[in-house]
Amino acid sequence: MLGVRILTEGADAPDPLSAEGYLARGGYAALRKALDMAPADIVSEVKEAKLLGRGGAAYPAGSKWEQLLGISGAPKHIVCNADEGEPGTFKDRFIMERTPYRLIEGMTIAGLVFGSVTGYIYVRGEYRSVQRKLLAALGNARAAGLLGRGILGSGLDFDIAIVSGAGAYVCGENSALLNSTQGLAGRPRIKPPHLAEVGLFGKPTLVNNVESFANIPPIITMGGRAFLEAGHPESGGTKLVCLSGHVERPGVYEIPLGSVTLRDAVFDPALGGGIRGGRRLKFVHLGGQSGPIVPADRLDTPYSYADLRKAGLAVGSGAVVVMDETVQLLDYLAAVSRFFVRESCGKCTPCRDGNPAALGILRDLSRPGGGAPGALETLRSLSDVMTGASFCGLGRTATVALRSAWKAFPEEFERNADPPRRAASSRANA
Amino acid sequence: MTELDDKSVLSIAEGYRNDPQQLIAALLDIQEASGRSYVDRRWAALAARAMGVPAARVHEILTFYGMFSTVPRGRHVVEVCESAPCLFTGAARLLAWLSELLGVGEGGTTGDGLFTLESAGCCGRCAAAPVVKVGDEAYSVSSLSEAAELLRSFREGDPGAREVLRCSG
Repeated sequence: MLGVRILTEGADAPDPLSAEGYLARGGYAALRKALDMAPADIVSEVKEAKLLGRGGAAYPAGSKWEQLLGISGAPKHIVCNADEGEPGTFKDRFIMERTPYRLIEGMTIAGLVFGSVTGYIYVRGEYRSVQRKLLAALGNARAAGLLGRGILGSGLDFDIAIVSGAGAYVCGENSALLNSTQGLAGRPRIKPPHLAEVGLFGKPTLVNNVESFANIPPIITMGGRAFLEAGHPESGGTKLVCLSGHVERPGVYEIPLGSVTLRDAVFDPALGGGIRGGRRLKFVHLGGQSGPIVPADRLDTPYSYADLRKAGLAVGSGAVVVMDETVQLLDYLAAVSRFFVRESCGKCTPCRDGNPAALGILRDLSRPGGGAPGALETLRSLSDVMTGASFCGLGRTATVALRSAWKAFPEEFERNADPPRRAASSRANA
Repeated sequence: MTELDDKSVLSIAEGYRNDPQQLIAALLDIQEASGRSYVDRRWAALAARAMGVPAARVHEILTFYGMFSTVPRGRHVVEVCESAPCLFTGAARLLAWLSELLGVGEGGTTGDGLFTLESAGCCGRCAAAPVVKVGDEAYSVSSLSEAAELLRSFREGDPGAREVLRCSG
């Protein structure tokens, strides 16, 4: 199954920013086809493809498009979430640098479906060099008649602007991202209303991830059915997987969903190529900082949305951070916690105060005699409150890694806990 | 190390047609043009007025987003990535090398005003870990001599010398 190339097709071309190059490789066949289709039929193809949102939430893109199509009101805005701030994730950057026109074409098809004239790509501030490449690609697209008025000689008008972030992980959350796109602080909004109804500047809005938009042209050219068949029966297509950490061959790999197991992803010579230095694997951190820790004995799950979900895991952003046996689990979790301390926007108490408190306990527990009486109970209850009472997904999922790691490696939590309290861990996991 | 004059600030805002939606981008440009990697509150107020944005919102933007500084930093901000893929492949060692070479700790600025050393969240170059970001580009650095060469290239304005370390894709 490996070797299927949908998103990486053309990614090694020497002229990724050349519109002519993309056209010569068969680019814009999808838009040409879409121009002769009714919007509802385009949406049907996306639905049939079972494209699940590639940003992390895995919401079906077809349903999102169908909902927006059914909403009256104009203008409708098209927004691309390119705020790729999830540690261990670098596949959106890969698309923007290597195949930017697939993203541009995908957004243009969305513009066609929803009658929009402007799209926005919200790119994180840390990617200023990527923004410059995208700007060049957009300029070349305009010069080639692929953006602006009368695209491809048709009656279609559509253009795309880049909006820059300035260092805020929470802006990856779509409602926060829209606030930031409006030039405001990127704090999340209360939902409902849903962004499809009240989105950018209060107008109906489509927000999709870079990789989701880049999948639209292949869905239209292949047809939704063929796209579905290239992947898993419950989620079509391929996934760009980002391997990092202690693997021999870190990088972005295109994997047809359901075609390989997590273990294959790490050890297959054509993929991760195994652990560096001949050491043993300890765990994999899946899907981003808010994803689960997977111990070495649970890697035989096929890499698909449905299979991972059944196993209590998640594809998330596509990050696969591989850690070898030399890594101290609590040190790793402290690094995750520190990330959330840094990135909490401070709006709500469970997240703002919970993350530093959890970090303190993790640091205590990582050294002999460090665990104060009741530390494990406090950690458990902090995690419960953060999960249940945080305002947005950032706080609610900040301790997913901690909880899954606790289940997988209880002894590492108990090692330095106050001795009489050791039973707390097993109770907490009961 | 020139201070920005009012005209330069206003022309940055005008470059975005004084569109309030582009306030964040304009402030990033001002920070870059400052030569000291910061946005003086006076410049921010000036840009805000030109773009029709209330002063309170500019304050909010400058304090909400992590990339802004309202106090002068070095001309080059050297940011060591400390997210997990970098941290567990040698980022702490890299930070220690840079600290030794620059003679400042994390958050410190060198006496000549050239460098500020910081740590940062993920910069999306995890396959090249450990990485350090200087300005807009990220560099993969795995030895003390590479760290020294990188700093030298910035100190002496010799971009060619760091090209081999730059993460290109």
